[in-house]
Amino acid sequence: MQRILILGGGVGGTLTANLLVKKLRKRIDQGDVEIVVVDATGQHVYQPGFMYIAMGGERAAGLSRPERSLLDKRVTLVVGEVAKVDESTETVLLTDGRALTYTHLVLATGSRIVPESIEHFTDEAHHFYTAEAAADLRLALDTFREGRIVIGIAGMPYKCPPAPLEVAFLIESELHDRGIRDAAEMHFCSPIGRAFTIESVSEMATPILVGKGIELHTFFNVEAIDPDRRVVQSLEGEELPYDLLILVPPHKGQQFLIDSGLAPAPGGWLPTDRHTLQVGGRSNVWALGDATDLPLSKAGSTAHFEAPVVAERVAADVEGRAPAGKHVDYEGKVMCFFEIGDGKGTLLQFDYDHPPRPPKPNQLWHLGKIVFNKTYWHTVPKGRV
Amino acid sequence: MTDTAVTDGAVAITRTVDARGSYCPGPLMELIRSIRESQVGDVIAVYSSDKGSKTDIPKWIEKAGHRLVALEARDGYDEIIVEKMR
Repeated sequence: MQRILILGGGVGGTLTANLLVKKLRKRIDQGDVEIVVVDATGQHVYQPGFMYIAMGGERAAGLSRPERSLLDKRVTLVVGEVAKVDESTETVLLTDGRALTYTHLVLATGSRIVPESIEHFTDEAHHFYTAEAAADLRLALDTFREGRIVIGIAGMPYKCPPAPLEVAFLIESELHDRGIRDAAEMHFCSPIGRAFTIESVSEMATPILVGKGIELHTFFNVEAIDPDRRVVQSLEGEELPYDLLILVPPHKGQQFLIDSGLAPAPGGWLPTDRHTLQVGGRSNVWALGDATDLPLSKAGSTAHFEAPVVAERVAADVEGRAPAGKHVDYEGKVMCFFEIGDGKGTLLQFDYDHPPRPPKPNQLWHLGKIVFNKTYWHTVPKGRV
Repeated sequence: MTDTAVTDGAVAITRTVDARGSYCPGPLMELIRSIRESQVGDVIAVYSSDKGSKTDIPKWIEKAGHRLVALEARDGYDEIIVEKMR
């Protein structure tokens, strides 16, 4: 019996499991192969929707479904928190004492936010990386009438790179609609020397920031928050006063990956081959999604396009053959919608060798994002797109 | 600034950040993490194979008030040496 153990029931883990069933159905039915997904909560959460709790009337209940309902019936789901991976015995230990052996290990463990790593973040800064935080931000926006809004990024890498810019654009649009735009000063802080990591996207976004009257502050790496003076300070020595502070919290990989010697501290990102998605040269361990150290967006889309490669490579190994077909190697493909406010959006589509060339923003791409969000449950996790 | 800026002579490197193989903004973020962990006066050498680093990192150094000690083109990568000033 070969056991494929998949840690994480997000986009990457769920899709990989379902694609593996399609490839290994006969062996699974014969009892030669078992596919097991381990998830901490048993609930699959559509995280891109959090932003819309703050911005677009979305509700948390609509963003979560039982993981079991998204997995093929041939996949075993174990709900439990991972404590450690013991590579010497090829065993995953759960915090409740259970132990699961594996012949093939897929790490789809995502990223976690660590707002507490910056003093006063939790009390002073809003964000939209949990449903609760996004709902709090919505309340803050509802009561906002005038003053300075500072939007920034308090650590890289972080999930969904376009999100802070999208939030800035959507808030500006909302304030305009509410007739209070002139009473608000808006600032956007980027840790690097431009508005966005990818140059072509930065070139698209910067004129929109200018057009919307949002002041861009480059090389602003959040160092401290002074709650008494209500200023956010940068490592570079800049200070910005705020009335409403919205910061992307710092992110890390899972602690158990560091504790297990799979990922280096302090970040905890898995050293992953950019094409094979194998971890640290190991022949039977793969990673995908936010958990990797690849120079790509930490986004569901990345996991979506990585999963077919992991599934093909794992299936090939199980069957004792060479990987074949169009998903032998991952070429860095990512595709995501980008809201720019005023009911418009654009599309970012790129890979390792081809930077995005975002089309002129229009209503179609905005609607595309809305439709994608609504149909996600029936398409992506089940491998239908 | 050119690819082969003159070095300051013999400089004692306090720590080295090998960010080769990492892409923008990886090398800059690695340098920033190192700066945060360093003392004033420490000298940090960054190795980067990302072409953007040789322009982005010196701009950041200037903005952050540190000192660019040297920028050297090596075999397939750039070595950027910075002194933490504050």
